[in-house]
Amino acid sequence: MLKRALTVLLVVSLISVVGLLGFAQQKVTIAIVWSGTELEAFEKALVPFEERTGIDVVVEPVGRDLPAVLIARVAAGNPPDIAAMPNPGQAKEFADQGALVCLDGIVDVSDHSKAFVDLASIDGKLYGIFISADLKSLVWYNPKQFAARGYGVPTSWPALLDLSNKIVADGGIPWALGMESGAATGWVGTDWIEDIMLRTAGPDLYDKWVNHEIPWTHPAVKKAWEYFGQIVGREDYVYGGATGALTIFFGDSPNALFTDPPEAYMHRQATFIQSFIKTANPGLVAGEDYDVFTFPPISPVFGTPLLGAGDRLAAFNDTPEVRALLNYLASAEAQEIWCGELGKLAINKNVDPAIYPDPITARAAKMLAEADTFRFDASDLMPTAVGCGTFWTGVLDYVCGIPLNTVLAAIEASAIDAYGE
Amino acid sequence: MRTGRLQPWLFVGPALILLVFFLLYPSIDTIRLSFLDKRAENFVGFSNYTHFFTDKTTLTAFRNNALWVVLFTTFSVSFGLALAVLLDRVRYEKIVKSIIFIPMAISMVGASTIWKFVYAFRPAGAPQIGLLNAIVTACGGRPMGWLIEMPWINNLCLIVVGIWINTGFCMVILSAAYKNIPRELMEAARIDGANEWQVFRKVILPLLKPTVAVVTTTMVVFVLKIFDIVYVMTNGNFSTEVIANRMYKEMFHFMNFGRSSAIAVILLLLIIPALIINVRRFTEQEAIR
Repeated sequence: MLKRALTVLLVVSLISVVGLLGFAQQKVTIAIVWSGTELEAFEKALVPFEERTGIDVVVEPVGRDLPAVLIARVAAGNPPDIAAMPNPGQAKEFADQGALVCLDGIVDVSDHSKAFVDLASIDGKLYGIFISADLKSLVWYNPKQFAARGYGVPTSWPALLDLSNKIVADGGIPWALGMESGAATGWVGTDWIEDIMLRTAGPDLYDKWVNHEIPWTHPAVKKAWEYFGQIVGREDYVYGGATGALTIFFGDSPNALFTDPPEAYMHRQATFIQSFIKTANPGLVAGEDYDVFTFPPISPVFGTPLLGAGDRLAAFNDTPEVRALLNYLASAEAQEIWCGELGKLAINKNVDPAIYPDPITARAAKMLAEADTFRFDASDLMPTAVGCGTFWTGVLDYVCGIPLNTVLAAIEASAIDAYGE
Repeated sequence: MRTGRLQPWLFVGPALILLVFFLLYPSIDTIRLSFLDKRAENFVGFSNYTHFFTDKTTLTAFRNNALWVVLFTTFSVSFGLALAVLLDRVRYEKIVKSIIFIPMAISMVGASTIWKFVYAFRPAGAPQIGLLNAIVTACGGRPMGWLIEMPWINNLCLIVVGIWINTGFCMVILSAAYKNIPRELMEAARIDGANEWQVFRKVILPLLKPTVAVVTTTMVVFVLKIFDIVYVMTNGNFSTEVIANRMYKEMFHFMNFGRSSAIAVILLLLIIPALIINVRRFTEQEAIR
């Protein structure tokens, strides 16, 4: 009896060893933040790769807590082969630790927009690839309501404020500006300030601000916050006032544009908000029931720069399978499926524009491709203690009514600490 | 007699080994890390600790933990005690007790999500999706942002969630102890002319005291580590930060090994006195039995 059991055990372990040896080279694990329709789209994009190469791609949909999971797994020496890196600040920290694989000469990014290759590089070395992007400098509105009330699309900051005043005079509320986002509450406000900063201070000063070469108490930084205050600081401009801004979930926020009469008229948010709009209001048609205009320029010197963010992947292990998968995901073929399904903007220049599911996304992709100045979300580029810490809480404090100088001094103190000066 | 000397070690051995690996070693390593820098590379002395006691956010967390300890413990235990004694006289005791105990069966994150909806805010005029604001507006009031009213209302709103979850637990333990008190003692007091309040003060409470103490210290230990409710509902924004949430942020958001370890050590030091009291009470109780 015992002998038999031992034999079975031996056979089973032999099979598993052989199995591990046989399949170990045919497998690649990838940890991602996406869930729901995004996860489905990602798995769909992987199908041609798996069929062609026979490599088994094990997708680990970790979710929004991926940065925390990665820290633990890297520290334990057990990271996934490839992981989504929603936070470039974290990617830099991993690269500095030597945990990331340098992708120079491994992944072909010659067809990628240079801006995104640069963004994926750390100290001139490629440490990741972008597979898609979102454009943030957009204001969503309801064209039917605008037409019915005779509102025009504003093309300058004073025009934007004029329109806001006109809406108030007509008894409406101009802005839907919900910032609540669970553990990430605050990012909506930081996006506003970044977009304004690009327009009032220009890209060079913006970069200096990101790298903390100018302090948070610098007049240019303060000015950007004050412009944001011209909108968020007015109870009659924002749906629900400051309390509404601080407590309404960002994904629910644009729904205020589609009630009758509208609870609010404008919503500044990235391309990805469209999926929230469509889920909550299934009947709406892009371009007819809702549309976008570009967040208007403020200083004529700096024109209309664009702010955005992207979906970045980085590798923790260098195996032939990892190389194959990254090259595939960098290709136009993969990005056409991924972006076509979701309405994200592709990074590979060879992607056929016909794949974009609606006119708004197609227009955003065109804007991104033709942008004179594009900058990545500053809060994502800063050290996390600032970009996902005091910058977020600083925005909340400012909206709560804490004096701007106090807010900026507090962020500056944490920045001095976090940038290691 | 050799077996006699070996036997106890055989029994506690596995437990001891597990304790050393999963409790003692991590604790000592955490203490070591708390004296190192962000990436756990260089020795930085006490600077992680001085940061804790000088930074505004961690001091707020410290204050809020104190608030939690006082309010949460007081109300959970006293509600639990009142319910344990009063429900004994009710015919539907079992059903009522089950209902009060149910929140304990819900995960903390689930309960927090439910309460986030209770406190939800919609501007005046719009349909209120939050229960509390729906009641307020139905009574003619203006809706409030309960979770952003710094620094007292929002902290109280969070503490209420904790009390809601844990009152049932306190009630069950205290009720079991109450049912163990011989009825004759209360009967005797009543025959001697004591009113109900006097029976409670002079007979029931002294006999329940050891259990109350154990429940209280258990609650204190529990609430010092409070994390889930705050993480889910406000993430420590708007002056609601607590020590454990700060520790999580320093570790998993800011990747600062040194500071998060220092916070962990401070939390451990805060919990130790409560633990000692708890163990001492427990052994006393065992001795009485």
